[in-house]
Parts: sequence; C-alpha cells; structure tokens
Amino acid sequence: MAPTAQAAQIAQIAQIELAGIDRSFTVGDSRVHALSALSLTIEAGEYVAIMGPSGSGKSTLLNLLGLLDRPDAGHYRLEGRDVTTLSADEQAAVRRSRIGFVFQSFHLVPRLSAAENIALPLTLAGIPPAEREQRVTRALRDFGLEERARHRPDELSGGQRQRVAIARATIMQPALLLADEPTGNLDRHTGDEVTQLLEALNAAGTTLIVVTHDPAMGSRARRQLMMEDGLLKSDSGQRTGLAGEPQTASRPAG
Amino acid sequence: MSPADTLRFAGRAAFAYPLRTALMVLAMAIGVAAVVVLTALGDGARRYVVGEFASLGANLVIVLPGRNETGGVNAGSFITNTPRDLTLADASALLRAPLVSRLAPLSAGNSEIAVGGRLRETMVLGTTADYLAVRHLALAEGRFLPRESFGHAGAEAVIGGTLKRELFGNEAAVGRMIRVGDTRLRVVGVMAASGQGLGFNTDELVIVPVATAQAMFNTNTLFRIMVEVRGRDALVPAQRQMEDILRSRREGELDVTLITQDAVLGTFDRILGALTLAVAGIAAISLAVAGILVMNVMLVAVTQRTGEIGLLKALGATGGDIRRAFLVEAALLSLAGALAGYGLGQLGAWAIRLAYPVLPAWPPDWAVTASLGTALLTGLLFGVLPARRAARLDPVQALAKR
Repeated sequence: MAPTAQAAQIAQIAQIELAGIDRSFTVGDSRVHALSALSLTIEAGEYVAIMGPSGSGKSTLLNLLGLLDRPDAGHYRLEGRDVTTLSADEQAAVRRSRIGFVFQSFHLVPRLSAAENIALPLTLAGIPPAEREQRVTRALRDFGLEERARHRPDELSGGQRQRVAIARATIMQPALLLADEPTGNLDRHTGDEVTQLLEALNAAGTTLIVVTHDPAMGSRARRQLMMEDGLLKSDSGQRTGLAGEPQTASRPAG
Repeated sequence: MSPADTLRFAGRAAFAYPLRTALMVLAMAIGVAAVVVLTALGDGARRYVVGEFASLGANLVIVLPGRNETGGVNAGSFITNTPRDLTLADASALLRAPLVSRLAPLSAGNSEIAVGGRLRETMVLGTTADYLAVRHLALAEGRFLPRESFGHAGAEAVIGGTLKRELFGNEAAVGRMIRVGDTRLRVVGVMAASGQGLGFNTDELVIVPVATAQAMFNTNTLFRIMVEVRGRDALVPAQRQMEDILRSRREGELDVTLITQDAVLGTFDRILGALTLAVAGIAAISLAVAGILVMNVMLVAVTQRTGEIGLLKALGATGGDIRRAFLVEAALLSLAGALAGYGLGQLGAWAIRLAYPVLPAWPPDWAVTASLGTALLTGLLFGVLPARRAARLDPVQALAKR
C-alpha cells in the first residue's frame, strides 16, 4: 500500500467485514444451516445488538466474529485483514490482542481469585508480572472491585462476577467486545448496571456487539440485527446516512 | 504463557483438587518406594554377603571336602564315588607346598559349655595357632592357642566376648576352667569382638586345639582347611600346587573343592545383583500402573475443566499453551509422587537397617535414579494423551459445556 493512499484506505476499512459467510452443522443425518450467505459490515466504535429466536444463528455469528469458529464459506475481514485463512495459533493471537469476550455464565476459573482471573489474558500474552499487577490493580479500581480482589468467584455476587469477567475481557484493551447474553444470569437491577458498564466502554471507543434475547437491552443499542433461520432478517444499521440500504450493498468489498 | 506462569497455573490446578492429587501422588509414591525399599533389601543382602567374604582376606584359599563338578574321567572315578574325608594329614601335606605361607585346619561342632552352674549350648571350633593370623582376628585378653603339632590335643580354650560375658560376667575369665562336653579345658584367652564372619560368630565361639575338637566329636575329619598363600599373584599357582598334592594323596582323584575369595565373591555378586534387578523389575510394574493412573486422572481433569479450556482458548491461549499446562500438571503430580516415594523408600530402608543392623540396606544409586526417572517419564508419557486432547478441544463446544 502506497503511503499516500494509506490514510484514505484506513478511513475506508471497516472494522468487521463479513462476505458470503456460510456455516452449517450436521445434526444426525441432516445439515442445519446456522448461517447462510451472510454479509455484514460493522464500523469501529459501533454498538450492535444481535437478536432473534433460539436457533436463529446469532450465537454462531458471535462465535465466528470472535474467531472461535470458522465459516464453511465466505470471508471475514477484521480490520482489513482476512482472518479466515489464519492458522489456529494466529487466530489465538488475534483473539488475545483484539477481542474481548463476556459470557452469560461468566466463565471465571473457580480456583483463581478475582485479580488472578482478570490477569489471565495478560498471563497468556506473556506480559511480565510487574506490569500485570499494575494493570490489574487499575482494572480492579475502575470496576469497583478493589475490595474483592482476593475473593474467589464463589465468594462473589453475580454482578461482581460479571464485572470481573468484563474487567478480564477489557484488560488487553481490545478493539472489539463480544457479549453473549451478558445479563442473562442477572436480576434486572444488576443487569442494568452491567449494561451501563458495557455502554460506558463502548462510549470510550470499543466496538460492542451484544447477543441478547432481551428486547429492552436490544433496543438500547444503536443498531439492531434481527436474525432468523441463519439469515439476517433486518438491520437497523443507519450510520452515516445509509438509511434503508441493505448492508451487503452498502459498500464495495475490500 | 511464560514457563513460570505455566508452572504456577498447573500448580494451582493440581492443588485445586486436593484429594485427587493426594491419591495420585500416593500411587506414584508407592511405586517409587517399592523400588527403593526392595532394591535396598536386595543390594543390602548382596553387600552383606560380599562383605562376609571380603573379610576373609584376598590371599585365602578354602579347601572343602567333596567335589560337585566332574573334571573328566580318571582312574579314581571308577573306584569310588564317595568323597574321601579331609584329614589333618592332608593339612600337614598342604603346608609343604612352596607357595603356602600358613594354614588353619577347621573342625566344628555344637556342644555344651559349663562353668560352675551355668550351662550354654555353643559352637566349638577346633583349629590351630595360625587361625588368628589367617582370619585377621584379634584377642581382647590372654593369648591364643599355643603353636604345637596338629595331633596334640591340648586342654586349652579361647572363648568369644559374648560367651565370656554370659559365663563369667565381670570376673576374669583367663585361667579359669570350663567344661565343654565331657572335656575340661583351661581358658587362655578371650577374642576381641568381631561380629559375624563366614557363618561363625566369633563372639559366641569356643576355640580349642583341632585334635581336642576331633576327640570331642569322635571324628578324624576336617570341616575345612583355610590356606593363606604368599601374595595375591600366587593365588592361581598355589591352587595348582595344592591340587597336585591333594590329588597325589587321593589316588589321582581330586575329590576336594578349592575356592578363593574372588570366585565366591564374584558368584555371589552376580547372583544377588541379578536378584536385586529382578526385584526392582517387579517393583517397577507398580510404577507403570501409577503411570496409567496419571493418565486416567488427567483425562478426568480434561473433562472436568472443559469449560475452562474453552475459556482459555477464547482468551487467546494457543493449543500449545494448553498442552503445556496439562503436561506440566501431570509432571508435577509425578514429581511430587516420586519425591514422596523416595522419602518413603528411604524411611523404609532405614527401618530395615534398624531392624536388621547387620544388613547394609541402602538403596543403590542406580535404583534411586532409575525409579525417579521412570516415575517422571511415565507421568509425562501418560500425560501427553490427555494434554493433546485438551489442546484439541473445540472452543465453541468447550464453552457451551458447563
């Protein structure tokens, strides 16, 4: 890429570009199409809710976005780089540095303290202990968990657990935060707190993609994607004046 | 993940399931301890026997009656099959061999020893003055048997330290009269404590002139002749000279056996070394069983922690990170087991030494190294499969399972 063209190119590159994604599973002796011919573009800093009934393919989509799963066909460009062709270890490196996950059931390691859980991504990235401690201390302070640093997950409330999980997901300062029903296991009040926390992170520039059943939570997002039978039913994506235009046709590929 | 972090992570995982870890460590420890204790026992026996014969001295040839192996057919073979006795005349004849420096004929039997009212069953050894020098023994008090002709049945005795204590207590023994069987003897000396030596415990022995012993047991045969030759190099030629003399005295048939310390030592060393090895091999089976246990435990751990493995993958752990973490955990379990087993084994060997002080039951270095190495190796080897399974888990399915 020529240096002169670089700035213009970067401005054009969307954070996420899915083109013609197919993903099907074999259940018994029949093929189930979890996703078919899906194309989608998401810009950096967007707040997207993926909604739809069970089995509509929204979780599969989230797994694909998070590089936990590979499409059978199609291409996924993350920050302009085709990540579908990367090896498993290269994908792991991308997950480590660019993507944060928040799960419905928190997925904290039960034998590790809150601080150690938060430090896990840093440990996996091989960041030296001194810097690790510094960043974890800051994260604990930011998420109001200072008092709970030494507690194990079973000594924390649901809200605290999800805060630990979010702190862990953001400790590497990822560009993309993927949340799978982040409030699904929480009561409404705690759920609202967690939602606000995620929205604050989005306001600070992190792209936030939430899979949810909850229409209330979905409606808070600036853009809603409705999924059904592996197809994108509707997309409220009207950023930068592209109202009504289908996302697939909104811009040329690449 | 850095090696230090991998180690810490695996260690935390091992400690998270204390009962599982304890049982695993115990299984491995039993295997290693079995090897250590059994080889200590085997090697202790070997060292004990070797020590017994080594204490004989390197220049010693022992002549005993009878011969098991056939050295071909000669005139004598047709005349008789029963071996001729070894006699004092044979001993005198052997003394004429140029390479023989000195010898001690031995005649042994059990008898009663009595002093005043006290009576005790004991072993009587008939020999000559040179016995002391041939066996490198020392006296605690008095003198040894006087130098006189083999046939002279003197009424003198030298007793062992234990016998002296039991019969005389703190009183002086030298000069006192004792009765052995029907014979009255004067005590002329007391042996210094020397402990076990070639089947005789000199501490509990009554040593009398060989002719006296033969008269006492009404026999004219010898149990053994101990011959000291002039130097180590003379061992083989001296043996030949002695064989020639004995053959000529036995109508051409050599129906005695001559053994040297080297030969005996080598044989026992080989037999008991093989025994130790065999015992170690049997014990090593338990190590293999422990290895299979490691595999089972680690496979269960992978199933138990499927959700965690999925999470680690989502957080950016590579397959290698996860494989190493599980492999290190298996290695830690084996290492802990091996070390615990080593401690346990040494404790067992110490207990054996305490119970049988004569047995130098120290586990040989090779056995310790081999058992520790085998424990670690089996742990790692059987840890590979579970670790690979963990590394290959599909993150989506792993995360879904909880």
